[in-house]
Amino acid sequence: METIQTTLGQVNIASIIIFFSFVAVTLGITYWAAKKTKTTSEFYAADRSISGFQNGLALSGDYMSAASFLGIAGMVSLKGYDGLIYSIGFLVGWPIVMFLIAEPLRNLGKFTFADVVAYRLKQKPVRIASSVGSLMTIVFYLIAQMVGAGSLVNILFGFPYEIAIIIVGLVMIAYVLFGGMLATTWVQIIKAVLLLSGATFLVIMTLAQFGMNPLALFEAAANKYSDAVLSPGGFVTNPWDAISLGIALILGTAGLPHILMRFFTVPDAKQARKSVFVATGFIGYFYILTFFIGFGAMVLVGQNVVSSFDKGGNMAALLLAESVGGQFFLGFIAAVAFATILAVVAGLTLSGASTLSHDLYVNVIKKGKTDEAGEVKVARVATLIIGALAIFLGLIFKGQNVAFMVGLAFAIAASANFPSLVLSILWKKFTTKGAVASIITGSCLAVILIILSPTVWVDIFKNPEAIFGLKNPAIISMTASFLMGIIVSLLSDEKSALEKFEDEKLRTYLGIGAE
Amino acid sequence: MGIKAERVKEILGSEKFKNLVKKRVTVSVTLTIIMLIVYFSFILSIAFFKEFLSIKIGEHLTLGLPIGIGIIIFAWLLTGYYIRWANQNYDKAVRELRNEVLEK
Repeated sequence: METIQTTLGQVNIASIIIFFSFVAVTLGITYWAAKKTKTTSEFYAADRSISGFQNGLALSGDYMSAASFLGIAGMVSLKGYDGLIYSIGFLVGWPIVMFLIAEPLRNLGKFTFADVVAYRLKQKPVRIASSVGSLMTIVFYLIAQMVGAGSLVNILFGFPYEIAIIIVGLVMIAYVLFGGMLATTWVQIIKAVLLLSGATFLVIMTLAQFGMNPLALFEAAANKYSDAVLSPGGFVTNPWDAISLGIALILGTAGLPHILMRFFTVPDAKQARKSVFVATGFIGYFYILTFFIGFGAMVLVGQNVVSSFDKGGNMAALLLAESVGGQFFLGFIAAVAFATILAVVAGLTLSGASTLSHDLYVNVIKKGKTDEAGEVKVARVATLIIGALAIFLGLIFKGQNVAFMVGLAFAIAASANFPSLVLSILWKKFTTKGAVASIITGSCLAVILIILSPTVWVDIFKNPEAIFGLKNPAIISMTASFLMGIIVSLLSDEKSALEKFEDEKLRTYLGIGAE
Repeated sequence: MGIKAERVKEILGSEKFKNLVKKRVTVSVTLTIIMLIVYFSFILSIAFFKEFLSIKIGEHLTLGLPIGIGIIIFAWLLTGYYIRWANQNYDKAVRELRNEVLEK
């Protein structure tokens, strides 16, 4: 058996210094942003002052979570080619966001995607339904991130789990509470730059050992293990499962509230479009890097060592960093991974807070009648609520298997948020009842089916056999959501919605009247 | 908005606007379908024709490797193509129509 000298799990001074410098710099930015965060448009949307390029970087920061960095690199290191299938699924959602969603969303919405769904429908029922879809997506995603943060920090720095959760929670609350969207955006940008440069450096250091020839790296992997690492393996056993997962990954991306919210930070549809182009480029580049990192860990660290630290391979990138760059570089990559989680939970918290305050409090409870200062105050209270909830959930889910929750978040996003958003933008006859039926069907089916699926029913509840055979429910829940939306709309007439659709076109396609 | 209701009706009913919307929807939907076809062909070939992606193109290298990385690059190029189309054609038509609406 191969062994390797590692300091992973011991207190790493470099890592702690780098991480706390990141926190210090980002809190400094928060202080600067706080002075510019007084109105609702400033709090939720950075006063639409973010450029397309900056927003592209921030979008990639929101999307490149520690799970995709550590998880995909780990999967590649243990399974080879199969890890690439996930990366591709995560990436190809972006062009879809661009072609179908980005510009109409920017033109029609104000602060949340529910603004768009509710645009020509009855505010109250649609806002309540889409808030359910949004909050479910956000909470499941948050739990996965918080539990991941706690365990990661525990392994990396040797801090207790609870302390890690509380540090992440408090710093993230500070960003959002004081600095709103402006601070959150800059945290994402800094984190994206750190993560991209860290990963690039890791790949260069790795390839340096193979004469800068990527082919030599793949050949070394094939020689060390077998040619099978370069071919698709056992990842896809049931084709329906693969299709269903594919739907959840690509259409879920187009329904993630914290991603959709970013499109309101740019001045117009043109910049919204540009930001997706920039984001797709960086995210694609990043996934190609993680593929090399995974193979690097496979060859230079070895699969036995990688899986001895974590069965899922989550430590692969870090072990590789130490192997090619020593303790200091390990510290750097570890700090970046921690910063990554911090930035992602900040984005999620802001989007959860805006759902609570803008969709539920202002548009449902107050029926749209609040003053600026009042709404900002409510948004800040909502931030505290979501932040406290994140810490609480992080603590009670300690030690639980929460990996399925990211899949669940994507399944709900694809089944509840995406269908209602697309139908409201493209389909004239969409009605309030149709929207509510579509969202409720999609979110309930996604949750129920995932509980009955092998991921929860067998892996967590330890039942011998699953009641629902697919690991990801999206193929059923998304289809049902579209069908319910269409059937119920056809059965219910809504004259006002039909009439407004024509006027809405002026705003959707020409941007006239866009905020 | 300060635009007369009749004027809005006129613009919405004009051939120019209808063509613009039609073109925009066609481009968006076509590109979406292209992306979905490329992605699901890949997933289905993993499910049904593993041998295809396992074809050797070097001593060890398989066809699946350039195809997989190629799809990531293709997705990005497709967004680039869309941006070029939108910047060169769509925005111009939008500008003209906007001016017409907002001037009168």
